[in-house]
Amino acid sequence: MNWHDHLVIAPIILPLIAGATMLLFDGRDRTVAAALNLVSTFGLLAIAITLVMGSAGPDPAAAVKVYRLGDWPAQFGIVLVVDRLSSMMLLLTAILACAALIFSLARWHSSGSYFHPLFQFLLMGLNGAFLTGDLFNLFVFFEVLLAASYGLALHGSGHARVRAGLHYIAVNLVAALVFLVGVSMVYGAAGTLNMADLAARIGSLPARERALLETGTSILGVAFLVKAAAWPLGFWLPGTYAAASAPVAALFSVMTKVGIYAILRIGFLLAGPEAAAGSAQFGDVWLLAAGAATILFAMVGMLASQDLAKLASFSVVVSSGTMLAVLGTNDVAIIGPALYYLVSSTLAIGAFFLLIELIERGRAPTDDILAVTLEAYGMEDEEEPGEDGEAGVAVPAILAVLGAAFIISALLLSGLPPLSGFVAKFAILAGALGRNDPSTLTGVAPAAWVLLVLLLLSGFVTLIAMVRAGIRSFWAVIEREVPRVRVIELAPVAVLLLLCLTLTLQAGPAMRFMQTTASGLHGSAAYIQGVLGPTAASTGGKP
Amino acid sequence: MELIVSLAIGILAGSGIWLLLRPRTFQVIIGLSLLSYAVNLFIFGMGRLRVGAPPVLDPAAAGDISRYADPLPQALVLTAIVISFAMTALFLVVLLASRGLTRSDHVDGREGGS
Repeated sequence: MNWHDHLVIAPIILPLIAGATMLLFDGRDRTVAAALNLVSTFGLLAIAITLVMGSAGPDPAAAVKVYRLGDWPAQFGIVLVVDRLSSMMLLLTAILACAALIFSLARWHSSGSYFHPLFQFLLMGLNGAFLTGDLFNLFVFFEVLLAASYGLALHGSGHARVRAGLHYIAVNLVAALVFLVGVSMVYGAAGTLNMADLAARIGSLPARERALLETGTSILGVAFLVKAAAWPLGFWLPGTYAAASAPVAALFSVMTKVGIYAILRIGFLLAGPEAAAGSAQFGDVWLLAAGAATILFAMVGMLASQDLAKLASFSVVVSSGTMLAVLGTNDVAIIGPALYYLVSSTLAIGAFFLLIELIERGRAPTDDILAVTLEAYGMEDEEEPGEDGEAGVAVPAILAVLGAAFIISALLLSGLPPLSGFVAKFAILAGALGRNDPSTLTGVAPAAWVLLVLLLLSGFVTLIAMVRAGIRSFWAVIEREVPRVRVIELAPVAVLLLLCLTLTLQAGPAMRFMQTTASGLHGSAAYIQGVLGPTAASTGGKP
Repeated sequence: MELIVSLAIGILAGSGIWLLLRPRTFQVIIGLSLLSYAVNLFIFGMGRLRVGAPPVLDPAAAGDISRYADPLPQALVLTAIVISFAMTALFLVVLLASRGLTRSDHVDGREGGS
């Protein structure tokens, strides 16, 4: 093995070492910890880019890279697997982490102790969850990332954070127990926890064991849905994310995507064409229903949100609801666009979380409540038109920049042209409806109609909520204090939004990459062969 | 044997869930602990219950798998115990912080019913 093969484990080892080293410094010397954190996080970005480059080649067999821990054979030891999906998620995590870290260096990192080590441990858990090819190992990495996230959610302390954190921890501990029940049932039925081995064996299981396996997988799915904040399992999310400090919330926006990732990965492996010899796809209708209910719940939540942080949290819920609904339609043609949507919406929500912290500086906390109640009761602002005319009032430059960023995020989140949110939704709908001649929409499945209505409606509601919040934040309060914003706080927001812009301009290549990722997921033979060796997929996993 | 284990799992899980739904933080944490005991027993049961079968290979009689219990669920239970223990400790800290900040041990930080 040369160094390039060992790169697979680097996204786990690097933050582990960096975080452990920081524990020696934090508390006394925050500068050293911050420097280490910067080096490690940007190192992760470089590693993720290398891994994406490595897996982006045209050959599907070369795209799956396996790392055997301790060089044990795959059924016995734990394996790490890099394919297109996991390397893409690694890159997304690294980009958000860089932005959140730079933003936090302005002031948030000093508002509590152990910010930097926890940040690194959260990254380690996220990367591990994306890389692992073993179900129980997935549980362990889930716990690592959750343990770090408990600390980060409480970062900065305060009444609201502790109360939201208490609910968050309790819900996620129960979810972890549900996860364990699911994992042990899968083991009891199939006798293996290796995902590829499981997929290879599922076809040859007797009917009794298969019923147990499907029950176990459904219970696992419930645990993942809790992480993905699907209705009715996601009431913990808006409170927690809205209470968390801005850089932490931005990083958390990729955390719900871990649940989506796990559903994608395990759903496709266990219900793929190789495995499904007799086992019908199960749970699709439930996923679609859960996604639809999640989107509806989030739309109501958005309209009722009285502050921007709540609004951003509900847009996280909309994003994961959309992903669930798309997965539930069981249409391979739209998984690629859905992955594009996942990347675009995660970047946009991350930028929005950072942005609202800047906007909310220097405004009274009661402004937000007024914004909603004023409209609800039809009260007019009693602003006297100025004697000298208001046409010449200069808008402070910083407000103009923040306002422009707000407009871009609104366009991205609601999916209006010309930005990547629109491209994503358009591609999803085109894939769902475009089975036959677009002029006659007779052969369109009912699931596609549900998806169409949900996507358009959620975009419309997002637009209403964003426009209302934007008008109240930027136009109504003229005599407001201009927020003091530093360049290193504005730069991460700008970079994230620019990345979305690049995603729009380079939509062709990006969409092709996502499409190959999706087809690689669907034909899971490459994954199984990569992990177990070339003969395993045909012999049912038995050596 | 099967009856005792399944009864134990059922009673532990039932009491755990009931306590979990109570309004006091201390009841919630005890409920979580009971629930995690139930889950640990469940994992153990998923390796099939065997009496008098060791999970460790005997050098003299290695090779006959039917004489041994499945060691993997036992390893999983060990990991699960460690993790749930750590999480309980962490939850306890947050519980104390919440108690200190809100002067109430209600899970919502204020007494209900008002």
